[in-house]
Amino acid sequence: MKKLAIILFLAVLLLPLSSITVSAAGGEGVEHSGANIEDTASLQRGAKWYVNYCMGCHSIKYMRYNRMAQDLDLSEDLVMDNLVFSNAKFADTMDIAMLPDQAKAWFGKTPPDLSLIGRSRGADWLYSYLKGFYKDENGEWNNTLLPNLSMPNVLWSLQGIQTPIYRQETSADGFTQEVIDHFELTTPGTQSPQEFEETARDIAAFLEYVGEPAKLKRKGVGVWVILFLVLFTFIAYLLKAEYWRDVH
Amino acid sequence: MAKFANSLSRRANTLLNWFDDRLPVSSFWNTVMTGYMAPKNFNFWYYMGSLALLVLVIQIFSGILLAMHYKPSAQEAFASVEYIMRDVDWGWLIRYMHTTGASFFFILIYLHMFRSLLYGSHKAPRELLWVFGMFIYVALMAEAFLGYILPWGQMSYWGAQVIINLFGAIPKIGEPLTQWIRGDYFISDATLNRFFALHVIAVPLALLGLVLLHLVALRENGSNNPDGIEIKKNKDANGKPLDGIPFHPYYTVKDIFGVGMFLILFSFILFFWPEAGGMFLEHDNFVPADAMVTPIHIKPVWYFTPFYAILKAVPDKLMGVVMMGASVAILFFLPWLDRSPVKSIRYKGLWYKVLLTLFTIAFVRLGLLGMAEGTPAQTWEMRIWTFVYFMFFVLLFFMSPGGKTKPEPDRVTH
Repeated sequence: MKKLAIILFLAVLLLPLSSITVSAAGGEGVEHSGANIEDTASLQRGAKWYVNYCMGCHSIKYMRYNRMAQDLDLSEDLVMDNLVFSNAKFADTMDIAMLPDQAKAWFGKTPPDLSLIGRSRGADWLYSYLKGFYKDENGEWNNTLLPNLSMPNVLWSLQGIQTPIYRQETSADGFTQEVIDHFELTTPGTQSPQEFEETARDIAAFLEYVGEPAKLKRKGVGVWVILFLVLFTFIAYLLKAEYWRDVH
Repeated sequence: MAKFANSLSRRANTLLNWFDDRLPVSSFWNTVMTGYMAPKNFNFWYYMGSLALLVLVIQIFSGILLAMHYKPSAQEAFASVEYIMRDVDWGWLIRYMHTTGASFFFILIYLHMFRSLLYGSHKAPRELLWVFGMFIYVALMAEAFLGYILPWGQMSYWGAQVIINLFGAIPKIGEPLTQWIRGDYFISDATLNRFFALHVIAVPLALLGLVLLHLVALRENGSNNPDGIEIKKNKDANGKPLDGIPFHPYYTVKDIFGVGMFLILFSFILFFWPEAGGMFLEHDNFVPADAMVTPIHIKPVWYFTPFYAILKAVPDKLMGVVMMGASVAILFFLPWLDRSPVKSIRYKGLWYKVLLTLFTIAFVRLGLLGMAEGTPAQTWEMRIWTFVYFMFFVLLFFMSPGGKTKPEPDRVTH
């Protein structure tokens, strides 16, 4: 009887694998980034890249300069001299001057605020997205994760220009279509492919941090909370065992 | 030193007597704690009730702190949640307590209800206890739904849109009813405002009242136990049940241990995995609500997905809503559907073990399918499990009176 129950219970656990393909947060075409928000140097580089290459259009309006400085081990002077390009003060949020209406006129779409992109998309998606830009046959910027997007590859001077090499693929129902087989670096950038991967990883890590600055702190607090609870529970167990001796 | 302690305890006694003359402090404590005899054979499943009470306290406490910083306005709600997460001291801890607590509330309540299916705790004389519990569950679902709109993310907005539109399926009054609920032609600031009011005042008040009724009904007949036999049938010369032990101190110390174990698990999620892979905090809800952009895949949070799957399994919208409502409503009648002469699964025959296992699989599968994108194959699977879900109650009704049982013991077993 017990065995049957266990087998049936396992069936509940295992069935999902066979018939439901649970789409992970990432999905198709998302590579593992290896982004690590505990790596302060990586976050510092990410901040530098972000402020220089992304923040012209994409605000991170829920993040404050002083909080970033504190978490990333940067001094006020360093931040004010190198990372603040507007007349923002040290305690201000990292907002931008571009007006949404202007942006819409220029790009066809207002570039979204990226404060929480690290939480809605995840670091792996961001990393793959930054690496996924290419020039399509019409000479337009395109991206493997967001096809026909309105954003140009702002990192092209670092990465260079990738051109896709296509191959024919026939799907199960007999449809033949062209899919991207791989990329060819037709114009090299100032960074080698390895260096650019690190750049993409640093930006992804920085945005993951910006998505939830408390993440740096909560794990450290959690360790102590759980250690306390383990001790508490142990004492509670001894107390329970002592009282229950006369029941058993 | 002893003298001092003596005089202190005398003073404490005097104080207690002063109160007892004016308020039934001691007699109340005696009735509900030290004098209340609980069966001595409670197992793992009997932790869930006290833990659910603990989570209720956590939710009220963290909720009050959140309400001090949250702004129930369509313009400011999303930003105020981020303000809590970033600028309020320990704001992230307060918010994660509340979000983790919400999911754990449902985990505990589902286990608590499952315990009843195992040991027949809903059967006579505890039918009202079960019915009050069901009202608590429905109130909890309302509370969770209302609270989910507050962060004003994409899932808050579109999830509420889907659920409120369900009322639109009701013939004639449907459309005006949805408008009345929203307070506007679409989900807007007015909707957010009233949902906030209901979430922080109306439903919590109802919940507290129902919990009180649930506890009073529990103390009236005492707890059931894993053997499903009444401990009051075997009493000693003093009229105390032979298999009963005073709730305090035995179960208070045991529950404190349970609280410790639970809080370790709770803290692990809260501090190391608060999103629970998108189950407790959905990825799309970190995108601000946008009435112009419909998310590709709208789904409710995990604790609603079994019922959502039943809704999706039915091709007709009105019938789907009716079936979904029925899937919750039928649980209210469980005490009268289960007509077995014995309470506990231990003394019911194989038929019940098979039924309950199938029901459990159906519930979990529906939950998983309710989260999935919904391919045609999945829709058919949902239909099968929806059928199994309802058949559990039908078969229970017809099989329980004559179904095979084993003899119940006179005394509880260990």
